[in-house]
Amino acid sequence: MLCGQCGERDAMVHLTQIVENAVTQLHLCEKCAAEKGIETTITMPASPLGEFLQAVQSQAPEPAGDLARCEFCGTTIKDFRASGRLGCAHCYQAFDKSLRELLRRVHGSATHVGRSYTAPVLLDRTRDATLEGLKAELRAAVAHEEFEVAATLRDKIRGMEG
Amino acid sequence: MTLDLSLLPDGGVPWLAASGPSAEIVLSARVRLARNLAGYAFGPRARDGERLRVLTAVREVASQTSALRGASFLRLEELGLEDRQLLHERHLVSRELAALEAPHTVRAGAAVFVGDGVGAMVNEEDHLRLQAFRSGLDLAGAFEAVLALDDGIGQRIAYATHDEFGYLTACPTNTGTGMRASVLVHLPGLVLTQEIGKVLQGLQQMGLTYRGLYGEGSEVVGNFFQVSNQTTLGRSEAELLEHLARVVAHVVEREQEARRVLVRDAGYIIEDKLWRAYGTLRYARSLAVDEAMSLLSGVRLAVGLKLVAGLSVYTLNKLLVFSQAAHVAYAAGRTLTESEANVARARFVRNTLANEAGPATPAGPTDTGNG
Repeated sequence: MLCGQCGERDAMVHLTQIVENAVTQLHLCEKCAAEKGIETTITMPASPLGEFLQAVQSQAPEPAGDLARCEFCGTTIKDFRASGRLGCAHCYQAFDKSLRELLRRVHGSATHVGRSYTAPVLLDRTRDATLEGLKAELRAAVAHEEFEVAATLRDKIRGMEG
Repeated sequence: MTLDLSLLPDGGVPWLAASGPSAEIVLSARVRLARNLAGYAFGPRARDGERLRVLTAVREVASQTSALRGASFLRLEELGLEDRQLLHERHLVSRELAALEAPHTVRAGAAVFVGDGVGAMVNEEDHLRLQAFRSGLDLAGAFEAVLALDDGIGQRIAYATHDEFGYLTACPTNTGTGMRASVLVHLPGLVLTQEIGKVLQGLQQMGLTYRGLYGEGSEVVGNFFQVSNQTTLGRSEAELLEHLARVVAHVVEREQEARRVLVRDAGYIIEDKLWRAYGTLRYARSLAVDEAMSLLSGVRLAVGLKLVAGLSVYTLNKLLVFSQAAHVAYAAGRTLTESEANVARARFVRNTLANEAGPATPAGPTDTGNG
């Protein structure tokens, strides 16, 4: 069906108006509908994610911050700005400063007040549990891009050092 | 096609039963929790090997979790495009996980558990997307069910969390509770009275967002809107749910008010429009999916206004889901061309209405409604 207004484009907006018991049917293309000021509520608003990406991209680059890189999964702040996706849990520490600001903008808060979670105590593999041994393993794991192993090791090292 | 939908608990769609509160206007309530396993890169960054290890870890704990007892487990890599589409049409998998967009490449380790009113997507953007569905505006029921699943898994496997930020997710829009609660509402009255623009704007001002029948990126068809919380951080799960439930209850009231106005000010016009929709569905020989959705919306309103007798909300729900493209092909047992699908859809709708509604008899205020 062609637009009832311009007769050129396909009618995309079909409107049944009921005013004082009289019904009128309008079939308009999106352009004419917009020109007539008809709010095309049936079309979707800009996706929340689109707005979110804009917020991500509009963040002022930190001094030397564009070089920020998650040492565990290799995601850089640039990757994050392009995709809007973090690479792993450790990115939240690596990009802490800009994330905090972003979370506040997106959610109005950067502090979780919902359910608290305690991870179960899981049995670990038997390995060289000395600090030096773990650090060596960590270096090897990072070199081999074994990020999940590296993450576990780093947590353990922090636990021992802390 | 290899998928046998009859093997899924309740077909994966127990909410079709329309047993919940306000089920005629509120089709379903869903609560989804995004969770990631500690120690693995998130979905978009994970390599195939990591995804497969995530899947193995999840399968192991799932088998010990009572919330998933009797659940079906499906690996999407083993299913064809139509089967994956079928699961998507039942809201069991996302478009992304089902790889419905070209080039239709299913990522390694993509899987879904379908249990009794609960389910879990594995290796979506987050390692786990746990979800529960309930009929009507029963957000509390859906939340309770998904929590049982969350506890069952989280007690056996370590989730990625942060002291301040809560549950960590690939996209910061989900961080915190990781919870997205949504309700699927049918608002033809507000659309016809053109109040819908204000209502939708109001939702956004109140921290809620809306999408079409099939979630993110889907268009609004048939006056069905999926309303959900926009933010996930800074408020507790209970607060977010309570806020959503309160706002939706208000929207339902506005819808009912709009319907009263329509009947009062434009009674015969509405009646004529709805009977025409019913007549088309009852006798058409070919129906495109969007046309069917829009006409079904009319018939749903007709049932709500008690113009059409003998049609249950369950039947209306079934017509809505089972007349989607992959469902029509599934019923036919083979791939259909678009025109074949339109013919098959019209036949399915026609037969369902003939069987379940009986003869087309008005049940208006001047009618006894028997017949």
